[in-house]
Amino acid sequence: MAGGAAPGGSTASDTYARARHWLLMPSWAVLGVFVLAPVCVMVIYSFLTKEFRGGVIWDPTLAAYDQFFFDRGLFGDSDPKLQWTYITIFWRSIWQAGLATILSLLIGFPTAYYIATRPAKTRALWVFLITIPYWVNLLIRTVSMKFLLRDEGPLNDFLLNIGLITEPLQIINTNLAVQLGLFYSYLPFMVLPIYAAVERYNFSMSEAAADLYATKWTTLRRIVLPAVRPGVIAGCILVFVPSLGAFLAPDLLGGAKNFMIGSLIEEQFKGNAGNWPFGAAASMILLSMVLILLMIFAHQQRRAEASA
Amino acid sequence: MSAKTDVRTYTGFRFMTILCLVVLYAPLIVVTVYSFNASRSLTVWEGLSLRWYAEVFVGPESAKFKQAALNSFSIALIAATLATAIATAAATAIVRGGKFRLRTPSLGLITLPIMVPEIVLAVATLIFFNSVGFTRGYMTILVAHIAFCIPFAYLPIQARMQGIEDTYEHAAMDLYATRAQAFRRILLPLMMPGIISGFLLAFIVSLDDFIITNFVKGAGVETLPTAIFGSVKQGLKPNIMAISTMLLGFSIVMVTLSYFASKRNNTQ
Repeated sequence: MAGGAAPGGSTASDTYARARHWLLMPSWAVLGVFVLAPVCVMVIYSFLTKEFRGGVIWDPTLAAYDQFFFDRGLFGDSDPKLQWTYITIFWRSIWQAGLATILSLLIGFPTAYYIATRPAKTRALWVFLITIPYWVNLLIRTVSMKFLLRDEGPLNDFLLNIGLITEPLQIINTNLAVQLGLFYSYLPFMVLPIYAAVERYNFSMSEAAADLYATKWTTLRRIVLPAVRPGVIAGCILVFVPSLGAFLAPDLLGGAKNFMIGSLIEEQFKGNAGNWPFGAAASMILLSMVLILLMIFAHQQRRAEASA
Repeated sequence: MSAKTDVRTYTGFRFMTILCLVVLYAPLIVVTVYSFNASRSLTVWEGLSLRWYAEVFVGPESAKFKQAALNSFSIALIAATLATAIATAAATAIVRGGKFRLRTPSLGLITLPIMVPEIVLAVATLIFFNSVGFTRGYMTILVAHIAFCIPFAYLPIQARMQGIEDTYEHAAMDLYATRAQAFRRILLPLMMPGIISGFLLAFIVSLDDFIITNFVKGAGVETLPTAIFGSVKQGLKPNIMAISTMLLGFSIVMVTLSYFASKRNNTQ
């Protein structure tokens, strides 16, 4: 998915140079009209006044952003105080996405490393096994997770039966359930870039470290990890970014108490809140956070490439 | 080489890999097993039965799910086909079109739908359709799907085309083939594996989509994910397990086929 980083290949070929504008026309038209223009309209909407029942009035205002950050009392004339409701939701989303990313890294790194050190013949099969679940519908995976984790679900049944617990664990509708759901949704995105990095890693460096009396874990920390860092960062970004704006896992596994950005935005359009400018403003704030992250990431990757 | 002296292996990494696979597959296996449960309850196992599968096809909700499946598969087929055609043209221009000023902005535009969080794209598309006065329904879902499928079709196609040297096309043109002939008879067949994986990826992504569809669909038009979501919101029911298992099986068959197709291609 990190396709934006590769600028379309290094082998300069101009066989079809004369037709290039015609060839690009359909993608410009479709993406320009149905992706770029909508994002621009959304930016405008976030500065408009809300109409009851979902519409907008063409009256420019900062009200949506103001509502996000400040509380001006019931009638809007009190002194502005910081409004924590929405900041808390964003903060919780960052925290949840962060924990899901760490969980993915803790399980994903050893997995990627193990797969990359298998004989070349079986590697493709391992990668295939890891990627199959990604191809299964995300909604179905999330529903399956809900089914498994339920209070009377198979996981609790199993744990009760082997006597590990005496009463069912309440996992569903907790933060942990959301983290597990996010982790489950995006784990392959963590494994694949790390796998690619470890596969390119030159193991004679590990041998050299061992010859110089480094222990294996020191070698891992001081030699392997720095060498595969771009892969690790790519994996973390690929898990963190979709987790941040995720809707299904928090909605189906988290319940009302574990509201995240995705549900907040959805409620403005599909739910009862019906405040389109506010939903647009919240989307803008999410989009800005993601773009800043991606820019830092692109910068990091360029630096890694330059030093390599 | 024993594990102790081998610098490559670490104790515990194999265990983590197995744990990883267990976590990835356990929910899917559990749902598959329970979809064959005879009991109405989700908890008690009462023996094997296909009654929930029968319920999906002839039960009270069967008309709704049939329509939703028809919508899902027709949208995925049309969207993936058009997105693949658009992406193939764009990749030809970007990989084989020389250096030009609009190259980087074009590439940015093509990858935009996967840079923007899905929920933000959903909001933007809904607001856009609403402000230009499109009635939400089948067509709005289709158009939105074509747009966000383009990058998923594009990336495998670009990757494949970068791996093909342009000497073959030049050889053909030296032998008096026109550019169009060189493209159609030389480049296109060589690119087929990339085009097929691009199409499959776009197809799956379209079939998979919930958030954008949920925003841009009109009242009464459902795809499988939105219909399933609506059902799940009212409580987990065994017939949902059966539908999920069928979709799961479909995805796994498709990805397995594409795996063996690419394997055969690499060995040739």
